[in-house]
Amino acid sequence: MSRANQLYHRSVVWLLLLILLLPLLGTLLYSLATSWSATILPSGLTLKWYGALWSDARFLTAFAQSLLVCAGALLLAVLLILPLLFVVHYHFPRLDGLMNLLILLPFAVPPVVSSVGLLQLYGSGPLAMVGTPWILLGCYFSLSLPFIYRAISNNLQAIHLHDLMDAAQLLGASPLQAALQVILPNLRKGLMVSLFLSFSFLFGEFVFANLLVGTRFETLQVYLNNMRNSSGHFNSALVISYFSFVVLCTWAASRLNKDRT
Amino acid sequence: MSRRLPRGKWLALLCLVPFALFFTAFQIAPLVWVAVHSLITAEGWGLGNFSKLFASRFYLQAVQHSLEISLYSSVLGLLIALFGSYSLRQIDSRLRDLVMAFANMSSNFAGVPLAFAFIILLGFNGALTLLLKQAGLIEDFNLYSRNGLILLYTYFQIPLGVLLLYPAFDALRQDWQESATLLGANRWQYWRHIALPVLTPALLGTFVILLANALGAYATVYALTTGNFNVLPIRIAALVSGDINLDPNLASALSMLLVGLMALITLTHQWLLRRSYHVAR
Repeated sequence: MSRANQLYHRSVVWLLLLILLLPLLGTLLYSLATSWSATILPSGLTLKWYGALWSDARFLTAFAQSLLVCAGALLLAVLLILPLLFVVHYHFPRLDGLMNLLILLPFAVPPVVSSVGLLQLYGSGPLAMVGTPWILLGCYFSLSLPFIYRAISNNLQAIHLHDLMDAAQLLGASPLQAALQVILPNLRKGLMVSLFLSFSFLFGEFVFANLLVGTRFETLQVYLNNMRNSSGHFNSALVISYFSFVVLCTWAASRLNKDRT
Repeated sequence: MSRRLPRGKWLALLCLVPFALFFTAFQIAPLVWVAVHSLITAEGWGLGNFSKLFASRFYLQAVQHSLEISLYSSVLGLLIALFGSYSLRQIDSRLRDLVMAFANMSSNFAGVPLAFAFIILLGFNGALTLLLKQAGLIEDFNLYSRNGLILLYTYFQIPLGVLLLYPAFDALRQDWQESATLLGANRWQYWRHIALPVLTPALLGTFVILLANALGAYATVYALTTGNFNVLPIRIAALVSGDINLDPNLASALSMLLVGLMALITLTHQWLLRRSYHVAR
């Protein structure tokens, strides 16, 4: 390929990277600036906004509550989806087609639409959950379903499920033992990768958290939105802290993914 | 017939029950509720909610804004992703891995944090706004307008577009371009008659996902305009969670309109796919 061509492609890619980086770089610079108004560059650099953020009790509570909800939802998702995957692939392979349709629902139905029904169904009555974190556990379980189902489904297809089960049972294991002690360890990596990815996705979820629960159990995204009127520098420190955390999760997932091959 | 199932299979079916319960409660039941209640009016069953929607200029404007923003941002995002992923294919792997990893991460940079980042950069006193103003390139820029939102939406479409389109370039073999050149085709003819037709299914598929992504987006526009910009998701949320004018049935009708639009897009996509002969491969 000619050098002019190489130059063109490299500049396109750098431009793409610049476009993707620009909002983050701007926010990063803003979070480190002493003050920055009506000029192109800030007047000085400081870490005080991060200091203020990480000593704010309301922020720490929101952060912890976000962690709690996401971890709880993923635990619930694993408990519900793993048996489902095993049963579908081992006993009822025909159900896989139906499942592949069902897991499209969380993508196809926007959270704002689900919220309309959820608010009315669980707003009052025997299952009144609106305003409590419990409803988020259920919603986040269904948001993480496509990620977990697809990843583990591919994984199960790759490990010769039936042969492994037969071998374990020939050696005297019960079906439950075989599933837990032979199949499960083989799925560990795929499970971890999909959990990290779902986690970084759920950690940024705002619609359900804001519409169904709001300030009654403030998650990080809701807190961020409620702080809109405070200092922009403070908010930038918040955005950067949040994004660094998500980057860490995505990075962990990609590391795990690389080890696998 | 089900009686002949062995005991193991019954136990296995039992394992599906918790999942089915939760999935029904949090995914299917809300959708069914919305579908049913969109047809309930003060006078009983009927299409009253829908006729109210289509008679209201306010709601029609929300539909129009939603469609415009989604369409423009998807086309722009798709174009940028197309040029980007093609060039990504042609460069050395170190820079490529870096950009792909970053695209992966920034696909999670959406919603409230993204809106804040854009306010800092492109708001009325944003650094980039001031820079461009001083350079004399723009008179003024209003991030809180339709064009501002198109820009913001395009930004979050780009990483998704790149992630979805990049694998599709596997279908383009390097020697096709060489053969085309040998046979006398120029670059435009190569793209027009070879590359684009081969990529069409992937381009359509990506376009549909981007469109759906933009149509349903709520967090970004809410955080940017505190719910003052008139798009469908904002109207739906305002009818069930605002302080005044609560009307869950009307919200349901709007929701069905949104879901219907998405279904229409998906069906059109399927139909176009079936017409393109490359799908037979």
